Amino acid sequence: MVPAQELTVRPARRRRRQAGRTSPGWITAFCLPAFALYGLFVVVPLVTAFYYGLFRWEGTRQAGFVGFGNYREILTRYPLSEEITAALGHNVLFFVGTMAIQNTIGLGLAVLLHRNPWGKRLFQTLFSLPYLISPLIVGYIWSLLLSPTFGPINHVLRAVGLDSWARPWLGEPDVALPVLILVNAWQWIGGPLLIFGAALAGVPRELEEAAAIDGASAARTFWSVRFPLLIPAVGVITVLTFIGCFNIFDLVYALGGSDGGPGGAMDVLGLLYYRTAFQGGSNAIGESSALAMLIFVLIFGISVALERALRRREVA
Amino acid sequence: MNALTTTPRTTPGTASRSSGPDGARQRSLPRGIGVQVILWAYAGIAFGPLLLVLIGSFRSNSEILRAPVGLPGSLDMSNYIRAWETASISTYLINSLAVTGASVVLCVGVSALAAYALARWRFRGRALLAAFFLSGLMIPAKLGLLPVFYMFQSMGLIDSRIGLVLLYAASGVPFSVFVIMGFMRGFPGELEEAARIDGAHEGRLFVSIVLPLMRPALAVVTVFQFAPTWNDFFYPLVLMRSGDKYTIPVGLTRFFGEFAADRGTLFAGLVIALVPLAVVFALATKQIVAGLTAGMSR
Repeated sequence: MVPAQELTVRPARRRRRQAGRTSPGWITAFCLPAFALYGLFVVVPLVTAFYYGLFRWEGTRQAGFVGFGNYREILTRYPLSEEITAALGHNVLFFVGTMAIQNTIGLGLAVLLHRNPWGKRLFQTLFSLPYLISPLIVGYIWSLLLSPTFGPINHVLRAVGLDSWARPWLGEPDVALPVLILVNAWQWIGGPLLIFGAALAGVPRELEEAAAIDGASAARTFWSVRFPLLIPAVGVITVLTFIGCFNIFDLVYALGGSDGGPGGAMDVLGLLYYRTAFQGGSNAIGESSALAMLIFVLIFGISVALERALRRREVA
Repeated sequence: MNALTTTPRTTPGTASRSSGPDGARQRSLPRGIGVQVILWAYAGIAFGPLLLVLIGSFRSNSEILRAPVGLPGSLDMSNYIRAWETASISTYLINSLAVTGASVVLCVGVSALAAYALARWRFRGRALLAAFFLSGLMIPAKLGLLPVFYMFQSMGLIDSRIGLVLLYAASGVPFSVFVIMGFMRGFPGELEEAARIDGAHEGRLFVSIVLPLMRPALAVVTVFQFAPTWNDFFYPLVLMRSGDKYTIPVGLTRFFGEFAADRGTLFAGLVIALVPLAVVFALATKQIVAGLTAGMSR
């Protein structure tokens, strides 16, 4: 073995000089499996959905090219047009509510944990535990806990004399969406908690100490010293929250069924797509594909725009 | 501004310097207690519901209907027996394990290969290929469900666990490539160079040198691929037909329909469904935290 090695020293050196070059065979062998898998089962279906959306369908048979006719159809024809507006509105409210409640509480808890290093790991683990649970199971857990007559929540409210607060939480159109936001926040609070926690740990101690020595109050220190350094984390969390809120399906399905709860109060774009595709009329393929493309452009477009804005901010 | 901030520090009166920490210590005791109270209160909110489910799973249905909150009269396992045997949760559990395990292995395997090539080798189209994979981080892949359905129909993959495995592995590729590639970039290529000089070919090199090096990144990716796959509900809801091939989430919807009136059994079923993730969490908290914060470096 040793002499063989000595023999190959020269060619090896030459090979090293062109270390950047790897034979096309190896490149293909390494890249092709992932490329084929991802291309075939993720990218091709999305392109196909665009293609499907350009045709009118009768069941599973194409019945002529209509260009963007399906898009016009779903955006103008009752009842789908109104369902789309309502669902989109719910997604937007859901996103705004989640930003306001989940991410604010997450930030608050992260700050408390940062100041109070005792038991930090324990609390982080306890708080973020629910995020591992399937959203569907979270939905079922809460629908049992919130159920009107035999649910523990109403039972406790009645026991402490707050009878008027007890209500069918998931049965009243006005309450259902806020409950959805809270249940979702309960599950995902670990995200902002850990991301803000990591960002806070990255704030140099000297900065905070300098501010304290200068006599800045705790609140002032937070807003003037820590918060500006947290802005990249805010950006990351905004993007993740946006993607999460506009992709939601399972939780709503478990809390309110495929129609989206009482009077469609929790109907969201994901559920609407599911109903249009698999419970729709004869042109279900055309209409749902057009709807899928609209949702796709919305989610992908806004995510990319947010990400860009974020990056520019980091560079500046 | 600068002059203002430096003056107090340079003044000879050291009293101002020592009073700072002292004042902070005085304030921090009652405030520390307040903080502890808030933290434990939130721990109650986060954990309480799960505790209610766990307690409920040991109570009989009539007990629950009589008093929705309360401790079990005795340690009654009959709910679990009913959920496990008559509601075939055991079948769903095995299916979930098989589908999730296979798809995680497939996904991590192909992603590690591609991520290594993209991080180390220079070739035409490399940047484009990387962008192709990474674009998937923001693509809502589930919107392709209808075409997937018809594609599977033509391939005979409807109601097939293999179909699910392929789908899950494919949708995990972007995140896995992203994490492993980032990890490899932070590593010097010296070990690989040395092996190359010793005459090892690329495949050999990957298996015996690169894979062991990648282990931390592979662990993060495995955990992160495991949870969403285990939890997914959307694909099997549409693609699976026969009950004996259901994974846990779809199985649970059926279970909730069948046992709607029997709350004790429902609670027991939920607990059974939660156990595997609790095990993963206990084993891999560090990787979970690392993976969550990996999003930061993007």
